[in-house]
Amino acid sequence: MSSVSNPPSIVRRTPRWLPLLGRSANPGDAVFRSVSRLFALLILVLVLAMAAQMAFAAEESFKEFGWGFITSQKWDPVGQRYGALPFIFGTVVSSLLALLLAVPVALGIAIYLSELAPLWLRKPIGFLVELLAAVPSVVYGLWGVFVLAPLMATTVEPALRSTLGFLPLFSGPNQGFGMLSGGVILAIMILPTISSVSREVLQAVPANLREGAIALGATRWEVVRVGVLPYARPGLVGAVILGLGRALGETMAITMLIGNRPEISASLFAPSYTMASVLANEFAEASQDLHLAALAEISLLLFAVTLLLNIVARLLVWQVSRGEAKGAR
Amino acid sequence: MSTRAAPLLEASDSSYKLRKAKDRLIRGLCVAFTLLALVPLFSVLYYLTARGIGGVNLAFFTELPRPVGETGGGMANSIVGSAQLVGLACLFGIPPGLLAGIYLAESGKGGLAKVIRFTADVLAGVPSITVGVFVYSLLVLTLGRFSMLAGAVALAVLMVPTVTRTTEELMRLVPEQLREAGLGLGLPRWRVTLKITLRTALPGIATGIMLAVARVAGETAPLLFTAFSNRFWNDGIDQPVSSLPVQIYTYAVSPFEDWHQQAWAAAFVLVVFILILNITARLLVRHRVKGR
Amino acid sequence: MNLEPAEPVVTAPTPKVKAPSAPGGAEEPSAPEVKLSAEDLRARFGTTQVLKGISMPIEARTVTAVIGPSGCGKSTFVRCLNRMHEVAPGAVVEGRVLLDGQDIYGAQVDPVLVRRHIGMVFQKPNPFPTLSIQDNVLAGLRLNGTRVPNPAEVVERRLRQVALWDEVKDGLDRSGTSLSGGQQQRLCIARSLALEPEVLLMDEPCSALDPIATARVEELIHELRADYTIVIVTHNMQQAARVADTTAFFYMGELVEYDQTDVIFTRPKQRKTEDYITGRFG
Repeated sequence: MSSVSNPPSIVRRTPRWLPLLGRSANPGDAVFRSVSRLFALLILVLVLAMAAQMAFAAEESFKEFGWGFITSQKWDPVGQRYGALPFIFGTVVSSLLALLLAVPVALGIAIYLSELAPLWLRKPIGFLVELLAAVPSVVYGLWGVFVLAPLMATTVEPALRSTLGFLPLFSGPNQGFGMLSGGVILAIMILPTISSVSREVLQAVPANLREGAIALGATRWEVVRVGVLPYARPGLVGAVILGLGRALGETMAITMLIGNRPEISASLFAPSYTMASVLANEFAEASQDLHLAALAEISLLLFAVTLLLNIVARLLVWQVSRGEAKGAR
Repeated sequence: MSTRAAPLLEASDSSYKLRKAKDRLIRGLCVAFTLLALVPLFSVLYYLTARGIGGVNLAFFTELPRPVGETGGGMANSIVGSAQLVGLACLFGIPPGLLAGIYLAESGKGGLAKVIRFTADVLAGVPSITVGVFVYSLLVLTLGRFSMLAGAVALAVLMVPTVTRTTEELMRLVPEQLREAGLGLGLPRWRVTLKITLRTALPGIATGIMLAVARVAGETAPLLFTAFSNRFWNDGIDQPVSSLPVQIYTYAVSPFEDWHQQAWAAAFVLVVFILILNITARLLVRHRVKGR
Repeated sequence: MNLEPAEPVVTAPTPKVKAPSAPGGAEEPSAPEVKLSAEDLRARFGTTQVLKGISMPIEARTVTAVIGPSGCGKSTFVRCLNRMHEVAPGAVVEGRVLLDGQDIYGAQVDPVLVRRHIGMVFQKPNPFPTLSIQDNVLAGLRLNGTRVPNPAEVVERRLRQVALWDEVKDGLDRSGTSLSGGQQQRLCIARSLALEPEVLLMDEPCSALDPIATARVEELIHELRADYTIVIVTHNMQQAARVADTTAFFYMGELVEYDQTDVIFTRPKQRKTEDYITGRFG
């Protein structure tokens, strides 16, 4: 066989270390893949390091108080007694209150923007709702202190007391800074999270489900209820849980509005305290080791709870979007 | 699908009217909720402008804060401090986020990629204050003082997951044919990734990064015990530094009228900056879509 | 499908009727030069076998058409010839492909280098949207890090070669995606040619083009035959008859028949081939 031209050079002399980086005949590829993988792994390392670091820092407190830490009501830096229950209570109640207020509104917005609004209106309104998420927490806090709290104290709380005052929830002195104001500000802040994720979930519902209902002569709301919502339900639950995660970890605005008193009260008007708030207020000034350890344990708790919630929420949201990928085929 | 669609079929006149009414009621409710959600937004923007704009003058941008009791003064050190913190955070946060995103988009189909993608999503939901606690133990305790470095690292940790997921999602949108074209020209994969895929996705990624920057620029909680604050100019990367968000917080919870005024002015400036970033980012996307 | 599997009839390479213009220094009517040769080539996606052992020599400076019904493995086959198949996840290739006698699946071979010698044009025109027309032509060289001493000259030469120069010479800075589909495809061919490959693989290059654009690309293939070895996949039998010296008919991942184009289309030896070209299936 006579070859006229020189045989092309397609063989590369590979460096010895190349097999260490996985099977690839191109050294540039092998190096690049390894470097990018390294940085991807960094994310994993970061989360594990956070958990480990906080667990390590909290060790002393855990040894001293054990499980009693989360059931004790006493938070006394002077007497070196630490119990996290008031903070857990404040965090959970303010977040649930926020959900109660925000979920119906957020779902209404999501349904409006993905199903009902005229097309030309969807983008600008969606943008405005997302701007709500762009305003920094501390600015909401500022607005809360000077606008929302006075409004609550002079108008909303008296009105609630005069109508629903027979409930312990709405009794006690109105002061503007307390659980209710904290819940309202949190609701405003998680609203865009819930509505934008819900909107994505609704838009991921395959069109043929809607068309099925339309073809049966359904009204627009019935299309949503019969054709869209059943399919989107897990994703919507996921959106709500993401919102809850946001609310639990939210710090500045609620610190500025909730009153910061580690007490458990039946009244929503009374001041309370959250886990994130006590970290914000005391962490920089804590000088004793046990105080720092107790705060670290609170931080670890908060981290663990939000982590768990996020995992559940992501799984639910993925379930819907995976279904979309399948339906498209 | 549920079989509850059946009752729709019986269309007696009165039931149809009822359905219509219900439809209208719920649609009205949706509109009302949407309007309700915009009330706080406009209220915040109104008060920021009404109370803040009066405090924005030359001194605000050029002078240091004055002690309590003396009127006047500005927040020059906080403005510069915020810029330094955010700039450093970009430096620390964007390259790893980009590379991790590239990994997930280009070679991420296995189990490891799934785990990392999930972790990134989860990290994005971690409360920013716990990131502050983490960086405090990592850097403040080891270096023995609050520092600009610690603050920037905390902000960078918050940026990484956003940058990673944005990069991944936008690089996935680049059509496979373009990668094939590059490979068919005998380019190694890494060059195809950097010079073709990344380059094509870049405008979108830039938008995502701008939004991430806008978000961390307003972050307060993770700075409280990392960057801390400083009444004067910052003296170096290993020294505490003042920032706009922390300063707004300090002033807002203080009992002094002058400081409240300063807090509003600072919040006004901060929000204007963040809104500009947001709007530019979105225009960038629209421009790109139109350009096609 | 009640046809018993027949041994593939592989007659090519036979001496061609039209002798190629021999490059300078070549000797007398020597044996036809085999440029590219598949030997028992098998390819699969995961567990789905797409190619079931293809052996097929391809002569230098000829046009070989690969035809067959959808899903017969013809696209996979050409993608195996420059190691593009393995780019897809789960894709596996076994067997050998010899380029001038050298196995491109050899242990030390870098697929990146293979693809510089064996260019490829794809079904859908895929110019780089972020690059201008001239940068698209130079993309292969530039992105590979080759220094191009006289870019303007290279651009003009390659665009002339694909008969695009006169249409675009006044707007070389425009985006490659601003061109029409046919122009884009010729731009993509120019982009491949700039790397000076020896073999050009074309995977249904005209399937996204209108008849006029198709005619121009076919004309171009005719001209390129003098210097390049071309393998073209097509679902259009008339096209194969128009442009190819030899034609291979694939069915269900196997090479059924491979011969001079006129033989395939006028007196095929296999029943299956005849059924296909007369339009009884496919």
